[in-house]
Amino acid sequence: MTKIVNTPLTDDAINDLCAGDRVLLNGIIYTGRDAAHKRLVGMIQNGQELPMDIKGQIIYYVGPCPAKPGQVIGSAGPTTSGRMDAYADILMDSGLKGMIGKGLRSKKVVDSIIKNNGVYFAAIGGAGALLAEAIREAEVIAFHDLGPEAIYRLRVENFPVTVVIDNKGNDLYKIGREKYRIG
Amino acid sequence: MREIDVGIITKEIERLCIEANYYLPQDVKKALEDAVEKEESPLGKEIIIDILSNEEIARKKLMPICQDTGLAVVFLELGQDVRVVGGDLYEAINEGVRRGYINGYLRKSCVDDPFMERKNTGDNTPAIIHTTIVKGDKIKITLAPKGGGSENMSALAMLKPSDGVEGIKKFVLETVDKAGSNPCPPIIVGIGIGGTIEMTTLIAKKALLRTIGEYNPNPVVAKFEKELLKEINKLGIGPQGFGGRITALAVHIETFPAHIASMPVAINIQCHAARHKETII
Repeated sequence: MTKIVNTPLTDDAINDLCAGDRVLLNGIIYTGRDAAHKRLVGMIQNGQELPMDIKGQIIYYVGPCPAKPGQVIGSAGPTTSGRMDAYADILMDSGLKGMIGKGLRSKKVVDSIIKNNGVYFAAIGGAGALLAEAIREAEVIAFHDLGPEAIYRLRVENFPVTVVIDNKGNDLYKIGREKYRIG
Repeated sequence: MREIDVGIITKEIERLCIEANYYLPQDVKKALEDAVEKEESPLGKEIIIDILSNEEIARKKLMPICQDTGLAVVFLELGQDVRVVGGDLYEAINEGVRRGYINGYLRKSCVDDPFMERKNTGDNTPAIIHTTIVKGDKIKITLAPKGGGSENMSALAMLKPSDGVEGIKKFVLETVDKAGSNPCPPIIVGIGIGGTIEMTTLIAKKALLRTIGEYNPNPVVAKFEKELLKEINKLGIGPQGFGGRITALAVHIETFPAHIASMPVAINIQCHAARHKETII
């Protein structure tokens, strides 16, 4: 079934999400990938203030295409999440609640999701044009010098994702594979 | 000797970069449409339907299918009776890539050094160029943007000849299983067997250019392609790794003679956004 969820994420909203649920997200989300994560975590470790308040927020692992004139944003599908595994727990310990990406997460990230009552969503990898349709506003708010890797604040409407890892540590990648594996 | 001006090559490369990224090849679209029917997982079915909607949006709105518009891989088949005039051939290709990625609003995904500063080159150059000299007085250009997510899940093994067919099968299944959801399944699996280390990886990449539904002309190899596809689709990974029957749309194998001591096997994984576009000048 499809659930509608608003951001920032509340604990109640997260408690209601199960691995395998299809979700439509509404509200503000932030982007960030490899280089931005490295900087954010560096700032946390140095006690500096982050360019945005991440409490209850979601980071979307994406490096979008440039917008054409008249477009809000270019194609904007997820990148492989595993490259952010080294940083995710540190951000979640600082208040981050959700992540959107694609692909497998490490045990450390799953443990951090359980500990911090968080959630890991997947958006469809390779559906960048479809996902861009749900992005209504986009503004670079930090690290302009990183180009496609800068941090954007996005306002999304009915942005389609699937819950992969819920706050109990259930993992759709494992559950789904076990269900359909032959032999 | 037919003369071809480099300016024409630049223009064609620019067009191919844009069109390859906006339009999914018909055979891939057809394979996805068939996959909707075959997929048993309801969620998997929904995912493939969304992937097909994405293709339609990209085509109608003239935007990239995927934000990872890749490194520009160029296969150049240069007729031996062609004389390229007006400038440097490879520079002309890179100029075409530069214009295509800037004018097509494609993402620039190339860093200038791989392990130090990793500074973006800003125009997606340099292209990865593979040149073959062939008969005739034409130039065939195939442009295949290659995304990082699926490329990162690719693998090479220097197997022993005694490992045989079973050894190859084991390596392929392990590689696809380990990749899981990362390379954006449903995937296409390009396999190179034989040659030297660089030849086997090159033929694995070339295997990805083959039209889905066509098999290796050698019936024994074709049978192996079908068997591997069946085995891969038993892994249960499914569309996007959410579980299901359709993990791969196709397995393409290319072979090359090998050293008496060697049996190299390369696996190049391609996501469902299997983009390539060609032209003949």
